[in-house]
Amino acid sequence: MMPQALLEHGFLLAGALFALGLIGVMVRRNILFILLSIEIMLNASGLAFVAAGARWGQPDGQVMFIFILAMAAAEVSVGLALVIRLYHVFKSLDADCASRMKG
Amino acid sequence: MPELLWLIPALPLLGFIVLVAAGSRLSRRTVAIVGTGSVGIAAALSIFLGTGFLAYPPLSHHYSQTLWTWIDLGDFRPSISFYLDPLSLVMVFVVTVVGFLIHLYSTEFMSEEEGYSRFFAYMNLFVGSMLILVLADNLLLLYLGWEGVGLCSYLLIGFWYKDTANGKAAMKAFIVTRIGDTAMAVGLFLIFVNLRTLNIQEVMQKALQSWPESSALAVAAAALLLGGALGKSAQLPLQTWLPDAMAGPTPVSALIHAATMVTAGVYLIARTNVLFTLAPVVQEAVAIIGALTLLLAGFSALTQHDIKRVLAYSTISQIGYMFLALGVGAWSAAIFHFMTHAFFKALLFLGAGSVILALEDEHNMFKMGGLRTELPVTFRTFLIGAASLSALPLVTAGFYSKDLIIWSSWSSDKGGPLLWAAGFAGALLTSLYTFRMVFLTFFGEKKGVVNKRPGIRMKIPLVILAALSIVGGFVELPRTLGNFPAFSGFLNTVLPPVETAHGDLSLEAIMQIGASLLSILGIYAAYILFLKRRRYTEELGIVPISQAIHRFWFSGWGFDWLYDRLFVRPFFWAARINRDDFIDLIYAGVAWYNRFLHRALSLTQSGRIRWYAAGITLGAIITIGIAVIL
Amino acid sequence: MILILLILIPFAGGLLSWLLSRWSDKWPRWLSLVAVGLDLALAFSLWIGHRSSLYFIGKETWIAEVKIKWIPGLGIGFHLAMDGLSLLMVMLTAFLGIMSVAASWTEIRERVGFFHFNLMWSLAGIVGVFLSLDLFLFYFFWELMLVPMYFLIALWGHERRIYAAVKFFIFTQLSGLLMLASILGLYFAHGQSTGTFTFDYEQLLGTTMSSTKALFLMLGFVIAFLVKLPAVPFHTWLPDAHTEAPTAGSVILAGLLLKTGAYGLLRFAVPLFPGTASDFSNIAMVLGVAGILYGAMLAFAQRDFKRLVAYTSVSHMGFVLLGIFAGNALALQGAVIQIICHGVSTGALFIIVGALQERIHSRDLEKMGGLWTVAPRIGGAGLFFALASLGLPGLGNFVGEFLVLAGAYAVNPGLTVVATVGLVAATLYSLWMVQGAFFGPRKEGPKVPDFGAREMSVVLLMMAVIVWIGIYPRPIIKAATRTVNTLRQTVGPVQSNKKATQPSSPGGNYDPQ
Repeated sequence: MMPQALLEHGFLLAGALFALGLIGVMVRRNILFILLSIEIMLNASGLAFVAAGARWGQPDGQVMFIFILAMAAAEVSVGLALVIRLYHVFKSLDADCASRMKG
Repeated sequence: MPELLWLIPALPLLGFIVLVAAGSRLSRRTVAIVGTGSVGIAAALSIFLGTGFLAYPPLSHHYSQTLWTWIDLGDFRPSISFYLDPLSLVMVFVVTVVGFLIHLYSTEFMSEEEGYSRFFAYMNLFVGSMLILVLADNLLLLYLGWEGVGLCSYLLIGFWYKDTANGKAAMKAFIVTRIGDTAMAVGLFLIFVNLRTLNIQEVMQKALQSWPESSALAVAAAALLLGGALGKSAQLPLQTWLPDAMAGPTPVSALIHAATMVTAGVYLIARTNVLFTLAPVVQEAVAIIGALTLLLAGFSALTQHDIKRVLAYSTISQIGYMFLALGVGAWSAAIFHFMTHAFFKALLFLGAGSVILALEDEHNMFKMGGLRTELPVTFRTFLIGAASLSALPLVTAGFYSKDLIIWSSWSSDKGGPLLWAAGFAGALLTSLYTFRMVFLTFFGEKKGVVNKRPGIRMKIPLVILAALSIVGGFVELPRTLGNFPAFSGFLNTVLPPVETAHGDLSLEAIMQIGASLLSILGIYAAYILFLKRRRYTEELGIVPISQAIHRFWFSGWGFDWLYDRLFVRPFFWAARINRDDFIDLIYAGVAWYNRFLHRALSLTQSGRIRWYAAGITLGAIITIGIAVIL
Repeated sequence: MILILLILIPFAGGLLSWLLSRWSDKWPRWLSLVAVGLDLALAFSLWIGHRSSLYFIGKETWIAEVKIKWIPGLGIGFHLAMDGLSLLMVMLTAFLGIMSVAASWTEIRERVGFFHFNLMWSLAGIVGVFLSLDLFLFYFFWELMLVPMYFLIALWGHERRIYAAVKFFIFTQLSGLLMLASILGLYFAHGQSTGTFTFDYEQLLGTTMSSTKALFLMLGFVIAFLVKLPAVPFHTWLPDAHTEAPTAGSVILAGLLLKTGAYGLLRFAVPLFPGTASDFSNIAMVLGVAGILYGAMLAFAQRDFKRLVAYTSVSHMGFVLLGIFAGNALALQGAVIQIICHGVSTGALFIIVGALQERIHSRDLEKMGGLWTVAPRIGGAGLFFALASLGLPGLGNFVGEFLVLAGAYAVNPGLTVVATVGLVAATLYSLWMVQGAFFGPRKEGPKVPDFGAREMSVVLLMMAVIVWIGIYPRPIIKAATRTVNTLRQTVGPVQSNKKATQPSSPGGNYDPQ
């Protein structure tokens, strides 16, 4: 059983990490860094799950984190494949180049 | 024998169908035979029926024949049926006989023209429609004939369709008369809705029973029918189309715009005289309109250059006389004048036609002159017609009919000094403009070269009509000259006699002498002004004020100008600015608004994932914010 | 069974036309002609067979009826029935179908099979609309006739065909949606008050509901029909659609599609909501009169021959609207006759314009002129139908307009006088049209061959119908009598209350025997 304060600290850390990742997604143009930032956001949410799981002594939090890890791995592999295709087409890693689907 | 009645209108219509179906394949000779023959047989038939009618008058004073029920809807059952009584007999006689003579004349007059069969097809359709009009026993069938003659008038005025001006004149004629016709149509609705019938005899009976004198309905019904009559008969304020209608071939002007169609209004009022008696206000209006029209048109006739336009204004003026007669209750005098007018005016038009043909389409009288010796037959017959129009005393038909009207406008209880004075002054005007025309055309120095002299087919109608213009008056002699009222006696089963208020015999004689002197004075004045001392008129023409008056009269008292400003131009303007339908703009606005929204929204689809991420974040923050606050 | 055949024949003809068009373009043309010809023959045999019973006054029975369960769980049935009015409408459909197939004989050269497929299917949809008595089925056919029509305009139309087709589709589709909502509203209102949920017309008649509800439900129907009719201010789809459609499309649009609006008013909107409809009648009559005058004015302003003719439809259908809502025997019969005569005469005018466009590749009246000299038959036909459209007595349109106006006069004299001015306006645009196209000097242009035997026989047949109705309209009046009487009985009581002061109205009871 974890004390209440630690949970709050864990959540705060997770929130801060999530916000950092979000800002990274929005401000970085390099598509690799966007992917990295998404990873940070995923991990931040994973941390929140773990902290909450520890607080109530339940294994669910850690189960969720394993799901997230698996999902993140899949996402990265697909994402990186897309990045390679993108680089082939645009000769650049700038995400804004790929704005062909504008309305 | 009365069973043959339907053939009278059917024969010309049959001629029309044959000519339309096969006209372009028939030779001119065949076309002429079909066109003239069908009307000729109808004329023979009507004379045959007429003599039968006179010899053995039917007990009920009419023949009638029902062909079939046209529409059958409860009370509303107008039928295709014909009704022959003395009034329609006179009309049928004039229409078929004058029509036949004019057809005969046209076979030669139009022989050089393209569209020979088209001309006769239209003319036959006209005669057929006119006969339906005068024979109809109900107002709806009458309306059919009424519109039919209007259509033929349109088609024949625009006969030479290649000239746009003719087309415009034709449209003007149709549209102006249709304005009157629309009033008449409303009149039919009113009569049917209130009296539950359109049969003319029943309408008059029921109106007498159920409408008190001067009741609103009676006045409205009479006024609406009068509207139709005004349009067709070219009376104030719907007279403007007739002078322009002279764009058509001259036989057309003779048949339609002088002898028959334009007098349909007179026939309509005489036919429904009970309604007008029930509405004394309207009847008075008829008299006043007639008096005004006869004066206005007379002045206009005095200033025209075009020989046909003189005759056109003269026609308007003479129909004004007929309206005056109707307005004072001298029904049979109006019909009498209709008959004599049909003879002499058709004659004058046909004479003018042969002059125009001889001078290769010259209409201007000031470029004519001296044709007396060149065209002797035309001259003599034209002179007879002119004398009859000017009501030269004793020997002409016009004298007897016009004199009866002038006398009635004084003696009738509905007449009065003002109406009488208008008619009396009109007599001077008439002889003045008529002989102005005669002197300018046939006397004086020769100006044009005569290329074509009328042949036998043009001469015969001229001679017959000239004879009728003299003899036609002797069927009704006034009390002062033998007292032989055969014509009005014949009509008295249909048309009530004049209700005389001042019947002084010596006064009548004095007035007749006065009118006769006036007519001779007019001729003498015309002789002085337009033949003997031309310089008087020339000097008068220099004075500015007389020039202004001349222009005013010449343009028909500015009615065209006024209507153009009041109706034509605003209508064209309104039509032009709304060509694209402003209501569509509303829908176009809705469409535009949607397209705008669509553009605005599609702007947000920039294709940049970072923007989308920002959008998602913003949305999430707002959602969470709302959730927290609430 | 014969009713199902009436619908199936054009359906099958259309399908076969499309399938067999791979062999030759002749197949679809002849097949379609045979199919609509067969339809006309069937309808005609019905007329002959029931001539005497058509105007039998008594308990209303249909000439022919088909009632098959379709989706019983929702109360949807395949219910077709025919009375005098629908018989007339079906005959008009088949007649104009023949005319439009004949008129597009040489005009359509591309995708002939698909063209005839669309033509036949929209005709089948129209026949279905005129026959169905189940509201669900009615809506089905109502939408069915639109889609092929959309293709007819969008594929074989003129310069701005896509714009026109989309506009047409949006207007009719939106108004159809309103009608669907009203149909469902009526369905539930009836279900709630009686416990049986059904789309069947005969059961829905006389549904009781609150007057506000009735008003809204009726408006849904009425607006859909007014858009189709079209009445001012819903008319703006019409000039575009008519102008851009190919000749056959314009003939069907003007001759039949507009009539489905009038038919809908007569069959559904008025009988389903009798009280509400007579409360609404004054507004509808004003709209009708506005249409008469406004349409005529717009027609006069046009330079495009086809657009001019299109606007005349707005004017003429105003008379129909006036007649339907004036609601007495005279006006209703006049509206029926006007529906038929307008279908034929305007259809003929569209055929004439189409023929001219095929020859001189222009519809601009200012580029025409003097065509009488080179093509007197076209000129004569144009003149004839222009005269029909201005309401010349002796031609059918006059009978229709006169009866409508005479009937309306009994109800509302003031409005009728205004409407009568439409006769003058009609003269203006008709003469203007004839003058612009056929009279005046001949302008330089391509050689204009006159009507050939095929076109001449088409036009002559249409002329014959107009003249026949003009001088002997009694068969039509008889055929419509029973429908009109039933209609008057449903609407009658409310109206007679209104005119209690006027004892002798032409709507009074009468017996045509």
